[in-house]
Amino acid sequence: MPDGAYNYAYLDEQTKRMIRRAILKAVAVPGYQVPFGGREMPLPYGWGTGGIQVTAAIIGQDDTLKVIDQGADDTTNAVSIRRFFARVADVDTTTRTEEATIIQTRHRVPETPLQEGQILVFQVPIPEPLRMLEPRETETRTLHALSEYGVMQVSLYESIARHGRIAKTYNYPVLVNGRYMMSPSPIPKFDNPKLDRNPALQLYGAGREKRIYAVPPYTPVKSLDFDDHPFEIETWEQCCALCGSKASFLDEMIVDDEGQRLFVCSDTDYCEERRK
Amino acid sequence: MYVAVKGGETAIAHSIDLLADRRRGDRTVPEVTLQQIDQQLSLAVDRVMTEGSCYDRELAALAIKQARGDLVEAIFLLRAYRTTLPRFGDTLPIDTSRMVAERRISSTFKDVPGGQVLGPTFDYTHRLLDFALMANGETAAAPTAPVDASRDLPRVGDILEREGMLEPPPAGDGAPAQDITRQPLTLPAARPVRLQNLTRGDEGFLLALAYSTQRGYGNNHPFVGEIRFGAVPVSFVPEELGFDIEIAEIELTECDMVNQFAGSHDIPPQFTRGYGLAFGHAERKAMSMALVDRALRAQELSERANSPAQDEEFVLAHSDSVEASGFVQHLKLPHYVDFQSELVVVRALRAEVEARVQQAAE
Amino acid sequence: MTDLARGLADPAHDAQRLFRAVLDGFSHPGRIVALPQAPAGVGPLSAAATAFVLTLVDRDTPLWLAPAFDRDAVRDFVRFHTGAPIVAREAEALFALLTPDRAATLDGFAIGSDPYPDRSATLIVEVPSLSTGPERFLRGPGIQSRTTARVDGLPDSFWSEWKANNALFPCGVDVVLTACSELLALPRGIVVEA
Repeated sequence: MPDGAYNYAYLDEQTKRMIRRAILKAVAVPGYQVPFGGREMPLPYGWGTGGIQVTAAIIGQDDTLKVIDQGADDTTNAVSIRRFFARVADVDTTTRTEEATIIQTRHRVPETPLQEGQILVFQVPIPEPLRMLEPRETETRTLHALSEYGVMQVSLYESIARHGRIAKTYNYPVLVNGRYMMSPSPIPKFDNPKLDRNPALQLYGAGREKRIYAVPPYTPVKSLDFDDHPFEIETWEQCCALCGSKASFLDEMIVDDEGQRLFVCSDTDYCEERRK
Repeated sequence: MYVAVKGGETAIAHSIDLLADRRRGDRTVPEVTLQQIDQQLSLAVDRVMTEGSCYDRELAALAIKQARGDLVEAIFLLRAYRTTLPRFGDTLPIDTSRMVAERRISSTFKDVPGGQVLGPTFDYTHRLLDFALMANGETAAAPTAPVDASRDLPRVGDILEREGMLEPPPAGDGAPAQDITRQPLTLPAARPVRLQNLTRGDEGFLLALAYSTQRGYGNNHPFVGEIRFGAVPVSFVPEELGFDIEIAEIELTECDMVNQFAGSHDIPPQFTRGYGLAFGHAERKAMSMALVDRALRAQELSERANSPAQDEEFVLAHSDSVEASGFVQHLKLPHYVDFQSELVVVRALRAEVEARVQQAAE
Repeated sequence: MTDLARGLADPAHDAQRLFRAVLDGFSHPGRIVALPQAPAGVGPLSAAATAFVLTLVDRDTPLWLAPAFDRDAVRDFVRFHTGAPIVAREAEALFALLTPDRAATLDGFAIGSDPYPDRSATLIVEVPSLSTGPERFLRGPGIQSRTTARVDGLPDSFWSEWKANNALFPCGVDVVLTACSELLALPRGIVVEA
């Protein structure tokens, strides 16, 4: 490997085994947050250390890695993490969603549908979906044990009472296989439907909070809603200024001092492929 | 067009070069050496070793130099290195009664066996800037009293304990203590876990919490039973030898805080302990830790526990400077996808309200 | 110790490849997964069970051995290559190596608790074949709608025990069935019907 001072993929083998065991537990109990002995990584907490540890525990020389942040391969943090793995894991990298065997992501799910065999690794800041409603781990752990999620239903209902709709926009809570409430990480709710019965394996890593959770392939993932207020995703009147897509999540840019706006695809690979 | 936070490899590389350049500063000024940092900024080295959980003065000095004197950043550097080191085994527990103390004070008794030893302390300096240091004047060597290293230095707490006035240190259950750098924190936490967390915890955070207990937010009527600072031998039993050998000597600051306790239905009134321990010379840290440790024992001692410093989950989950610094600063990362989601909804909500207002006006 | 079987030739890369195969198995319950370049089985153990142990067991994970596997060759191998403590009580184990007859009951192994369902054991059950037994249907996370498995050599009571185990969800044990150099995973959430 290129950097002889460290083990392959940075983590020592004992740490990898510990993380691998946690991943198997996470897959066996979909949506349940498995505590793991998260290590200090050479990148700051909050900058993807959970995702990086999960990726480091699964990645091998046969893999092709894609890293995105905000849907883009070329944002600084994505570049930094991709560079880290190219250096410590001697691995091929790509920006093409369909070529990747492992995709590490922050805040988006690619627009291009994923295939069986691919692994999507999410960077998670706060793994506990109930945290902002109940700050205590000791309490939320009990709520999960009892499958008692009324507090979230009440919160969504209050939103309807106040705004006439569920105003929650990202990190929109889901129920995995009818049992565990799960934070999908701060993806926009636009991406929530992609989590449902996805053929790819979804792994979620929270480094600072030391939790790993997973959604196995083809597992039902339901966004919470009410019969009279069904879940719905963001829509735009505009289409992408570059590729013309009306089906993708759009980034908004202010292009001059007059406040002129331009809308383009957040998923750079999807957009580029459409323009070919 | 379409740049926003696009940076790419080149921008990152340039940023890293710039940082290295700024670290070095004016090239006509001699570069600071690790020995200089170790010797002349020794308390910074002590703090980085303590919160970095790694006793290595040279590496800590390197981290401070690389971090341009930002101690929280230096602690992070040392931690990230430490986590990659292999484990050979556990040392035997250190015995601070074997400390060769350079400083040792008690505020509970006028005199104690072994005496009050002031040692090097800021306590009685007048905080007047010493302009002689500006002139690079050499400092004369200080006279030191001979230390009798052959005799153990009894702890004030032990003396009180023999009298039954002070609770004995909590007996361990014999099981090896959980290592918080290898296992996730689970709550409620055992006291060894709490103490590890506090030793690694940010000094500023602990200081503020400790201070809050003195202002009525979880008061525990503290007295400094003893503070001692000095060198302690470290022993290890190599598997192939089967007996212990001394492998090192480390400097420690230990604080035994003695706290009032009214007693309860079953226990007669006696004093209780709060404990603080840090690498090197770090009295503010050790004392803060001891106060917070005692505050966190509120529930165990059936006291009312409704102040921040008494809230185990709140304290343990927020004490770590590396975790806190990373997460606070991660807000610098792009969040425009989430913000866009919010914009879409807020615009829609505003439009609905405006339509309603207009309708009402018509 | 001289005739101790070899462990992984290239620990970092072999363990990674083997783990990915295991992960593939857990992600697709019921699927027969071949373990690439699995090392030779030690003593009475299959190559797959041996590879699983080398990939995931270490000094942090107490291991329980069914009497038929509790032999010097296995003990020495496990101690030398993994450092795992071999425990006498089922309840203390995080991993266990079972024969089909010992799998007639799943009692005694850690199943976790409602707040911590992860504190449970993973049982590796050696079977004669993963593909020649009676047909059973599997449903649950990781399976698109329904899949079939033809595991051979398990006593009928294993399957009734499995039903009880599944009913404990989110608690329960996870099972890995091994034969030759292949494995098939049964995470606790999988429903099996004849």
